Amino acid sequence: MGLEGLTVQEIERMVWHKMDQYIRTPITAETTKNLHAGDYVYLTGTVYVARDAAHKRLMEVLGQEGAEALPFPIQDAAIYYMGPSPAREGRPIGSAGPTTASRMDKYAPRLLDLGLKAMIGKGKRSQEVIDAIVRNQAVYFAAVGGAGALLSKCIQKSTLVCYGDLGAEAVLELEVEDFPVVVVIDSQGNNLYEAAAKEYAVG
Amino acid sequence: MVRTVAAGEITKNIKEMCIEANYCLSGDMRKALDGAAKSEQAPLGKKILSQLQENLEIAREEMIPICQDTGMAVIFAEIGQDVHVEGGGLEDAIQEGVRQGYTEGFLRKSVVGDPLIRENTKDNTPAVIHYQIVTGDKVRLTLAPKGFGSENMSRIFMLKPADGIEGVKDAVLTAVRDAGPNACPPMVVGVGIGGTFEKCALLAKQALARPVDEPSPIPYIQELEKEMLRKINGLGIGPGGLGGTTTAFAVNINTYATHIAGLPVAVNICCHVNRHVAREI
Repeated sequence: MGLEGLTVQEIERMVWHKMDQYIRTPITAETTKNLHAGDYVYLTGTVYVARDAAHKRLMEVLGQEGAEALPFPIQDAAIYYMGPSPAREGRPIGSAGPTTASRMDKYAPRLLDLGLKAMIGKGKRSQEVIDAIVRNQAVYFAAVGGAGALLSKCIQKSTLVCYGDLGAEAVLELEVEDFPVVVVIDSQGNNLYEAAAKEYAVG
Repeated sequence: MVRTVAAGEITKNIKEMCIEANYCLSGDMRKALDGAAKSEQAPLGKKILSQLQENLEIAREEMIPICQDTGMAVIFAEIGQDVHVEGGGLEDAIQEGVRQGYTEGFLRKSVVGDPLIRENTKDNTPAVIHYQIVTGDKVRLTLAPKGFGSENMSRIFMLKPADGIEGVKDAVLTAVRDAGPNACPPMVVGVGIGGTFEKCALLAKQALARPVDEPSPIPYIQELEKEMLRKINGLGIGPGGLGGTTTAFAVNINTYATHIAGLPVAVNICCHVNRHVAREI
């Protein structure tokens, strides 16, 4: 394949496909189409926190009352799979790194079909989730697992949205600034986990 | 001679150990991370390892837990047979220490009281406690808070004797490959070989609490640890699962006698935040 007709960015990507990008929420299809598996992304804006127990409740709300009753606007939203440690006085949040995303695989396709555009977590996703990402031009980001102290420094503000009784599993609204993530599954369905491990595998 | 140990002394130590383990990683783990940060070949992998180094500094200096998953507290209590605990039950003293450590130490409460009803106990109790009666008049406590990202990727294989050492190698590689990015690599891989079903799992858990720079005392097992580490790092999973030459810091293998009909192998995976603190009272 020749290089004619390709932009400099596209050529760069073929040579060195990992690019730094700065993006803001809400995350639209316009944004996700320029994100590629392997890109290093600094995210700024609002992200919603929800993990296992909160997702279970979100599904119950959807089943009983429909999408309008969800506790936050799902269209072009970003969900961070996370359960923080308690905040010390004067701080917005405690340690705040990602949890394993695959536990939310059962719920994610439904939310993606309702407009959810970005998920932040760590670890593999199911084929159903990957298909829903492609179908809805969404994106799956990984944050560095086990770097909760470091990541908490990028969180400016944390507000309880609902389900406070769930403790560490409550739904929160976070204001983040230059929150570092890596595109693992892009809107075309490319998967960094598979590609990257092959690159460094021996034998 | 019977030596008396106050229950309150045990509570106080467990409380301090919960806090220490979650804010400050042990020297062996820090050294392993520093070494990997130098040797890692992948640019993104190198970047992630340097973030993990920075994370440890922030955790220690600003008193933010290293990881938000401050774990379910696993405690190994080796009780000297000449020790008499006074002023309360031993079990209560340990659980109270965990309660105080997690509530006063701003640690996450990650325990549900019933596995199916799933109501949070709000103080991270109960802990999982493994008792062992030993000779002497000391109490040796090891506390290892265990995060579940990696715990969920752990496996047990009931191999046949005919599967032999090759079967063991395959089992370990299978568990690590399947865990991949979910277990927050670079991992520490704790392996138990032998015993019965439950003994084997316990061997693997105990292997994780052994410092990563302390090889097995059994020569051929030490060789196996080295070989498996080399093979695991050859999988390419890398830091954060994003590709690289550092997938594990160490493979620690503990063994025990087993039955003529069996070859149990347990693989207990831990993330790079392999927390373990030990004290002797």
